[in-house]
Amino acid sequence: MAEGLGWWGVPLAIVAGTMRGGTPFLFVSLGECLTEKSGKINLGLEGTLLTGAMTAYGTSYLTGSPWLGILAAGLAGLVLGSIHGWLSQQYRVNDVAVGIAMIIFGSGIAFFFGKPFIQPSAPQLPTLNLAGSAVSPAVEAALQISPLFLLGIALAPLMTWFFKSTRWGLYVRAVGDSPDAARAMGVSIFKVRMLSIMAGSFLAGIGGAALSLYYPGVWTERISSGQGLMAVALVIFARWNPIMCLWASLLFGGAQALGPALQSVGIKQGYYLFNAAPYVLTLLIMILTCSPKRTLAGVPGALGIDN
Amino acid sequence: MSQLFGVSRRQIIRGLLATGAFGLTAKLGTGCTASSTGSSAESGSGGKDEPMTIGFIYVGPKDDYGYNQAHAEGAAAMAKKFSWVKLVEEANVPETTAVAESMRSMIDIDGAKALFPTSFGYYDPHILELAVDYPDVQFFHAGGLYKEGSTPKNIGSYYGYIDEAQYIAGIVAGLTSKTGKLGFVAAKPIPQVLRNVNSFTLGARSVKPSVTTQVVFTGNWAEPIKEAEATNSMADQGIDVVTCHVDSPKVVMETAEKRGIFSSGYHANQLALAPKGYLTGAEWDWSNIYSQLAEEMHSGKKLMDGGISHILRGGLKEGFCKVSDYGVAVSSDTKQKADAVKAQFMDGSMVIYKGEIKDNKGNVVVAASESLKQQDPKLEQMNYLVEGVVGSIGS
Repeated sequence: MAEGLGWWGVPLAIVAGTMRGGTPFLFVSLGECLTEKSGKINLGLEGTLLTGAMTAYGTSYLTGSPWLGILAAGLAGLVLGSIHGWLSQQYRVNDVAVGIAMIIFGSGIAFFFGKPFIQPSAPQLPTLNLAGSAVSPAVEAALQISPLFLLGIALAPLMTWFFKSTRWGLYVRAVGDSPDAARAMGVSIFKVRMLSIMAGSFLAGIGGAALSLYYPGVWTERISSGQGLMAVALVIFARWNPIMCLWASLLFGGAQALGPALQSVGIKQGYYLFNAAPYVLTLLIMILTCSPKRTLAGVPGALGIDN
Repeated sequence: MSQLFGVSRRQIIRGLLATGAFGLTAKLGTGCTASSTGSSAESGSGGKDEPMTIGFIYVGPKDDYGYNQAHAEGAAAMAKKFSWVKLVEEANVPETTAVAESMRSMIDIDGAKALFPTSFGYYDPHILELAVDYPDVQFFHAGGLYKEGSTPKNIGSYYGYIDEAQYIAGIVAGLTSKTGKLGFVAAKPIPQVLRNVNSFTLGARSVKPSVTTQVVFTGNWAEPIKEAEATNSMADQGIDVVTCHVDSPKVVMETAEKRGIFSSGYHANQLALAPKGYLTGAEWDWSNIYSQLAEEMHSGKKLMDGGISHILRGGLKEGFCKVSDYGVAVSSDTKQKADAVKAQFMDGSMVIYKGEIKDNKGNVVVAASESLKQQDPKLEQMNYLVEGVVGSIGS
């Protein structure tokens, strides 16, 4: 058994927290980034996250394969996304209102079908061990990295490249920035948005799988505790830039670990304040980066406008 | 005139009809089961086989391996035992005005004569207010702070001294730990939680005085990610036995097992979650008390006239709680020592809080001459952590 790490436990917990707790944020914020680039907002990703977590856990438990669980979670997200994509593009339908309805629908579906899966233990995703056997068990446990996390890290530059350098990326950006120009190009706005929302929800579903199959690795009805909504806010915070989404997700994941880690080394006061650290940080950065002279940099031109 | 706000009369009428219809369906929809028909005015004093509706409200899902599951199992056992009990249940009710609505609809629509809102935070102000509005309905609350005189007569409080089981779990943990550091993942610094932390620590220190317990408060009853982070941080600090007081101990047990450290359960038996590291655990056993209360109410006894005691308490001896079977990591010597103390609890000779006990700031909280029995109301207002606990209850 290892001797206590003392104060080194705090940075270690934060580093480990970025990788463990940041994974769901990463997938949901990348998914939302793609959706919002096409000019629609999908607040329903909180519901998608829960449905994804439940589907992944249930599938993994029933089939014994966590990888199938991830796929099923993505597909469940895809279905929810197609509902949102179709509804939110009807005449005079507001996508924020549909999104709120989808939060309730998604969590309701997850709770309804998730009842039998609260108790049993499903097979978990295998983790990659980055550390050698020479290091202490604490460091070894911190470096147990999920393949999903690596996938998420790879996805961020890939998405940047997609937006910048591919024809499809151009279509998405055109539809999101100037639907009229896109229409003039002969691009179907409905189809592009539909596909963007579905792909974004697919990613959010996988984010849910990271919650239930990797960390903390259980299915309960309180598993998301607002992470889906926070991830949507992260996208604004990250200025619709996939690489920035990556950093923002890591930051929020690490901040979650701060409260418990500080208490376990003996900082006794103010744990409610430490638990609120991510939110305080968001407010601070928003205040520091805002400017009365311009609108938010990088916001898609047609975001949230009915047309 | 109706054009004043740019809305036609037709639209207003349509709106009123729609809200009316919605309200009607919503009201009907909440009455989950068919309401009892014979709800006459003279409640509770009915004949032999007159059905009685009893409502249970849970803060989380009914199968969470934890607090809610323990209550739901007790309720189910009671309903199975007596055919005249009609059980209405609602799960996932937050500790807000939502619970007041649930209680109202159980009384008004389902005709419930007795309610068991099980979560701690339901009590003040929701149960206290409802009890005044419905003086004929009996409210039973787990762990409520009944005060003679000020609390409405139709509120009863029941709770088990599960800290007796925690004391024994502490003995097992103290003897099994190699580093002498124990961990406790707690939700909120309220008296019941503090009592478990303290009893666990006192148990451990009764067999090995050098043992310390690190406590981490997560701030709420169900915070899966923070619970996992807390368990990981404790393992990083060299803590090798963790236990908890949160709604669902599943995350803590599974994380401890992954990190290769020992765990001690709470609420229900979690051996299946941590087959290697599970030492023992403190479990509830609500079926006895629920059956007893239902039978008393059925025979016409009431809280209001003193037929049922306002404060019902019991520990290992009275069957309110039990200790999980010992896990594979527990040595036979340890088992013997723990069983010896258990026997003392069973014959009523064991007192956990007897002087002198200091808190972790050095103040004497139980004087050398004092011996606080479990029933002592002083213990229900516990606001300190005993010597040997690392942590603070200040927020």
